[in-house]
Amino acid sequence: MFERSKILLVATLLTFAGLSHFAGGISPYYFDILIGIGINIILAVGLNLVNGYTGQFSLGHAGFMAVGAYASSWLTLKYGYSMGSGTLNTTTVFVLALLGGGLGAALAGLIVGVPSLRLKGDYLAIVTLGVNEISKGVLQKAEPLGAQRGLGGMEQHTNFFWTFAFAAITIYVVLNLVGSTYGRGFLAVRDDEIAAEAMGINTTKYKVLAFVLAAFFAGIAGGLYAHFKQFIHPEGFNFLRSVDIVVMVILGGMGNTAGVVVAATLLTILPEFLRAVSRYEWLPEWLRHVAENRMILYSLLLIVLMLTRPQGLFGNFTGKRNSKLQ
Amino acid sequence: MNAPLLKLDNVTVQFGGLKAVGDLSFTIGEGELIGLIGPNGAGKTTVFNLITGVYEPTAGAITFANKSVVGHRPYKITARGIARTFQNIRLFPSLSVFDNVRTACNMHLRHGISHALARGPKFSAEEREIEATVMELLEIFSLTAERDAACKSLPYGDQRRLEIVRALATRPKLLLLDEPAAGMNPTEKAELMKLIRFTQEKFGCAVLLVEHDMKVVMGICQRINVLDYGRKIAEGTPTEIRNDPKVIAAYLGKEEE
Amino acid sequence: MIEFIQQLLNGLGQGSIYALIALGYTMVFGVLRFINFAHGDVFMLGAFAGFYLGPKTLRLFGEGPSYSGAFAALVVAMVLCAVIGIVIEKLCYRPLRDRPKLTVLITAIGVSLFLENAGQLVFGANPQSFPELIVDRALEIPESWGAISGLTITVSQVLVFGVTLLLLFVLRYVVLKTKMGMAMRALSFNPVAASLMGINNDVVISFTFGLGSALAGAAGILTSIQQPSIDPLMGVNAGLKAFVAAVLGGIGNLPGAALGGLLIGVIEALVVGYVSPTYRDAIVFGVLILILIVKPTGLLGVSEREKV
Repeated sequence: MFERSKILLVATLLTFAGLSHFAGGISPYYFDILIGIGINIILAVGLNLVNGYTGQFSLGHAGFMAVGAYASSWLTLKYGYSMGSGTLNTTTVFVLALLGGGLGAALAGLIVGVPSLRLKGDYLAIVTLGVNEISKGVLQKAEPLGAQRGLGGMEQHTNFFWTFAFAAITIYVVLNLVGSTYGRGFLAVRDDEIAAEAMGINTTKYKVLAFVLAAFFAGIAGGLYAHFKQFIHPEGFNFLRSVDIVVMVILGGMGNTAGVVVAATLLTILPEFLRAVSRYEWLPEWLRHVAENRMILYSLLLIVLMLTRPQGLFGNFTGKRNSKLQ
Repeated sequence: MNAPLLKLDNVTVQFGGLKAVGDLSFTIGEGELIGLIGPNGAGKTTVFNLITGVYEPTAGAITFANKSVVGHRPYKITARGIARTFQNIRLFPSLSVFDNVRTACNMHLRHGISHALARGPKFSAEEREIEATVMELLEIFSLTAERDAACKSLPYGDQRRLEIVRALATRPKLLLLDEPAAGMNPTEKAELMKLIRFTQEKFGCAVLLVEHDMKVVMGICQRINVLDYGRKIAEGTPTEIRNDPKVIAAYLGKEEE
Repeated sequence: MIEFIQQLLNGLGQGSIYALIALGYTMVFGVLRFINFAHGDVFMLGAFAGFYLGPKTLRLFGEGPSYSGAFAALVVAMVLCAVIGIVIEKLCYRPLRDRPKLTVLITAIGVSLFLENAGQLVFGANPQSFPELIVDRALEIPESWGAISGLTITVSQVLVFGVTLLLLFVLRYVVLKTKMGMAMRALSFNPVAASLMGINNDVVISFTFGLGSALAGAAGILTSIQQPSIDPLMGVNAGLKAFVAAVLGGIGNLPGAALGGLLIGVIEALVVGYVSPTYRDAIVFGVLILILIVKPTGLLGVSEREKV
């Protein structure tokens, strides 16, 4: 029996496999942006499961990306060359390493999630932020992983197909999950935890599940990133990288996967656009500086969005009102 | 005689210095319809919160079907067969009417996350089964037409009925209703009384009813417990309660003392 | 033993700073039930206020460093930060008062990021050296005092600790003895009832933000006197530590925040002294996670149940 979403997934994967043959014709600059879009879609759609559908607030997503990046790189560096050099072998090792990175990140998600998800929104945000910073600190000290020098030497296995195949799979998983009776539990937790418990929903289980799944996909994204750039550094997975992903989720509309995909695409292109703007010499000096620092724009974007359109550009966020204050 | 379905034995709960419920004991037999009344602030909702595990009693025992429920998380207690509605309506605001009820079927799912992702025939069959169950319940409470409406857009009375539907979808043995008639007009109230009796018979579940409207309580309850300042001051049939001087005093205040 | 006391003293110096910042978190949490993410950055602005205005206030009292000049810089920074805090609340948080908590949290993160990045643009991203407001030197402890004479106690340490204590007493007076303080307590107890009793909640909330931000501003000056290198991101780490301190003491509880701040400072100093500076940040977050698991209400906090 073939379900519609399954057919759609297979068709998408086949299309990507076909398109992948033409990807070689794109200039390296645009190819770089294209892969960046795919990776950000995986990150943002995954995080949307936690921050959007389940109503929690994780602010340390880059930390899980780091776990995946380092774990998968370690795997390919260690086992990549011992398996022989056939295309099939290297691809197998690469995909297995990606999955290994994802599982490592999921495990990290479980360890962080179980204690911290008992907390409410603000606390969770700060704890995840803290974990993000700690993991960065640990990586900076970890000699076998290159410490401050970063880790390099991975082959470029990441291509158009694998990036967008995993993006499609992430979207498939999230949409099919939240669309099912099983997955409605996530939304119930977001809407009203007490009522959800009263309806027999184990709210802790759902929160941890969302967190672990999101961490898994972040791990995959980290692996793709590492095997694209062929060099990773602890600073690449800092708090600001996490903010990047959070902004994508919020701009797209928390709990709106299509919106988040569009936002991830837009916000991957935006820094490139801003970089171009900052080179216009006829612009005033300060404006060029602002364009160089996207975080100023992101922060203003967050504030203005929350004040005027908290549901994001594409809508679909309804939350519990703060009943304490009238 | 069988052991009672629910038994509260000298239950006390203290919030700081305030004893919200003190030494409360009562029982509910299988399939019984029991009322719980008392003036505002008497501790009725607290009793619900104690039974469903939102609060834990400071002292005393609560047993359901011969097993203690004290110290269990609310979702586990719901899984054992106690469902409730809320005095201040707690539907899932972003979900449709249909999805609100569907969510309550969650705990009876036989197939978990892997099936939701693989979307095989078993999954589709179960989803269809759930849809049928939900629609049947909505039909009974005449909410079929509102199936896809946002639950927040429903009139107040319909929201209260939707909460009952949602609670019934967990297939409870005991249903706790917290002021289901609040905000309803007399016609709706009469309708509600019929529905409560109907559910009691059709689903075979016992009902514990907290309600301010005496017509409703006296009209359908087999026995009534009266609370005042967290303590039980009377128990009996509607007629006995109506003529109990202590109850009258609690509601109207004593003449003098 | 002397070594231990020395670490303890160092810890109290840093802990005073955390305590002052933590008070702001806890006060705002008390009245609004939300964590003001941008609070640590107000602390940073306090330091930069001292950086730019400190030399000017010194000149009012003659040439070179002076206590009166430093005191004036402290007051100026406190007033400036109070104003900034009030403005942030008015522009960004007040319009969101009845919105979901998540919305306010995201806004606060936005404000924090804005202050950090605008700070880098305006002040420059590199660390700058803070002007010398007082002449800092080690106090001479007479040999006759025995073992204690082996301790190094600096003027700045004494000053920081002294000013912190003074501010704590002022705060205690404001909260417990003034009308505004009573209104703050009423509001944190029940905002609806408070407004029914004729309290203007908006004014009280503004006042709370002002008071908390002033303390953060003071902390900004005091920390710069101890460690005269400042940068626009200095508020991130200090803010996080102070937040942990507030949670440790029991968020919403004023003595708890002060106690938590001092404790975090001491714990940090002991870890740096006896274990390794590497674990300085990790251990603080470890403490946070531990409290949240073992006693989420903190040392002095009381639990608050959600009404069902």
